[in-house]
Amino acid sequence: MQAIRIIDIEKSYPLKKGKTEALKGLRFDVEEGELFGLIGPDGAGKSTLFRILTTLILADKGEASVNGLDVVKDFMKIRRQVGYMPGKFSLYTDLTVEENLNFFATIFNTTVKENYHLIRNIYEQIEPFKHFRAGKLSGGMKQKLALSCALIHRPKTLFLDEPTTGVDALSRKEFWELLRSLRAEGITIMVSTPYMDEASLCDRVALIQSGKVMQIDTPEGLRNTYGKRLFAVKGPDMLHTLQRFRKMPAVEQAYPFGEVLHVVLRKDAPPFRMPEDVEASEIAPDIEDCFISLMHEHE
Amino acid sequence: MKQFINFIKKEFIHIFRDRRTLFILIGMPMVQILIFGFALTNEVKNSRFGYIDLSHDELSQRLVAEMDASNYFEAAAEFADRDEMEGAFRKGRISFGLVIPDDFSGSFHSTGGTKVQLIADASDPNIANTLVNYATAVIQDMAAGASQGLQIPYVIRPETRMLYNPQLQGAYNFVPGVMAMVLLLVCTMMTALTIVREKENGTMEVLLVSPVKPIKIITAKAVPYLLLSFFNITSILLLSVFVLNVPIRGSLVLLFSESVLFTLVSLSLGLLISSATASQTAAMFISLVGMFLPTVMLSGFMFPIENMPLPLQIISNLVPAKWFYIIVRSVMIKGTGLAIVWKETLILLAMLLFFMGMAIKKFKLRLA
Repeated sequence: MQAIRIIDIEKSYPLKKGKTEALKGLRFDVEEGELFGLIGPDGAGKSTLFRILTTLILADKGEASVNGLDVVKDFMKIRRQVGYMPGKFSLYTDLTVEENLNFFATIFNTTVKENYHLIRNIYEQIEPFKHFRAGKLSGGMKQKLALSCALIHRPKTLFLDEPTTGVDALSRKEFWELLRSLRAEGITIMVSTPYMDEASLCDRVALIQSGKVMQIDTPEGLRNTYGKRLFAVKGPDMLHTLQRFRKMPAVEQAYPFGEVLHVVLRKDAPPFRMPEDVEASEIAPDIEDCFISLMHEHE
Repeated sequence: MKQFINFIKKEFIHIFRDRRTLFILIGMPMVQILIFGFALTNEVKNSRFGYIDLSHDELSQRLVAEMDASNYFEAAAEFADRDEMEGAFRKGRISFGLVIPDDFSGSFHSTGGTKVQLIADASDPNIANTLVNYATAVIQDMAAGASQGLQIPYVIRPETRMLYNPQLQGAYNFVPGVMAMVLLLVCTMMTALTIVREKENGTMEVLLVSPVKPIKIITAKAVPYLLLSFFNITSILLLSVFVLNVPIRGSLVLLFSESVLFTLVSLSLGLLISSATASQTAAMFISLVGMFLPTVMLSGFMFPIENMPLPLQIISNLVPAKWFYIIVRSVMIKGTGLAIVWKETLILLAMLLFFMGMAIKKFKLRLA
């Protein structure tokens, strides 16, 4: 059974003049027990999709179901079965860490004790601060607490909207380790992130841009279907080198990538000779390269 | 049930952790009742008065002495003639004058009765009016005292008894008014902010994606403020009785139950505002402008409703505080029972059901 089904979902928000289309006909499924990533830049429509799936807003068109329940008709049942962590920190800042956790446990008619094993790994890290008010925690701590609160009732499906945004690199790594351990518990997880490097940690990812799915595949599959030659290039004057490559007819795209330039050749490129005054090596594409390439094709 | 109790506990934590607001919630009623009771009172105490005594006998001196002995007046000077008295008025040395004619005592014993002239500084007409009333009361008291045991009283004048408030004490009117105001402010404004605060902080998003029912969220938010209002009702009544000496003539139980009823009306109104608005600013604005001002203006507490133009009189019927004000005045000061105020009670009950129903109906099960 599919944990999440999304069939031609459309959603637009009214503006002063006209409207803005947040989602333009999404269609995909998430399998039970999958760790599924929604990858896309800000404004791609990720949060809107989360809100539709958690029954917080209604789609204009299309259907969706979570754990086999319709998001419109069975919304009260869905609310009992899912855990949701919004993109914005949404716990009570004037309650302590412990009070927040207890409160969210009781509104789901459970206790912290009952499902403590689920959150132990993460909660142990914030436990020394359990008498602190949630508002006083650091960004990473806040997200760990929010995740604990979303998990405390052992949801069947977990929705995490950009849980690692604004979190330091180490906490991000810990966070993802935890998500992978939750997958072992059989919890379906849908997580969104603007960080491409996190995509490779998911079972499958959907690359989303401007309310549309560009591609859905495993991280491995995404890289395999890239189908173009990619070089990492280092030159004496980066800006100058970049402009030089962009003018070459065989080059489809050239863009800065960390400390180097990534140069993508056209599929039908004529035989290409790398200039000799630069250091270049052919590399395998990253998820970010896939994303940039897809964005280019969709334009 | 445990879910509900924990929810209430959480609401209490919100209130108690916000020390400043809590202090205002508890302190404001007391301060208001004391300010209205003492500082803003429109009664006049120890007004300086001057007199011209042309009669100069035992009776006229007794009149001056009685005036002086009352709480309202204090004899400041005796004048030889009117010019002298007018000068004193102009300089503001006195605000009230008494002219006793030379045939004062003679006429007093005749059947035609006697006269005194009362002169008041009417630059403030309200004070002048009050002073004239006070003086008339003092003079009549004296005449009545002298007439005791006689078949034909010395002076026949129309009796102007001040019902319920013989001394025209201001506090009598203020207590019910302040009670209505405070309960409305605490309950409506504070609850108006609670739900909408969760919307603004994003916690509503998490609450909605949970099995909690809206009616539980709403009632859990009302309970702490109901208890807080209980405390405020008690403190207002204690201050009224022991500091302002306003008696509670009717049943205390009835007074309390009516106050709780009004509290519930205010709470449901606040919850309705909170359910229907999207930001704390909007909720605050609506509860202040939409609720607080009409309460002050149209409840009959500051301005008598009878003197208002008809449209305003009709609108005043929609203000819950008007009905509560009538009830408290009747029960507390006139000492009447439910038999008299049942109509007002029913109106408040109907308002409660209406607002509560609307608040639950308006509570959005989804965002936006």
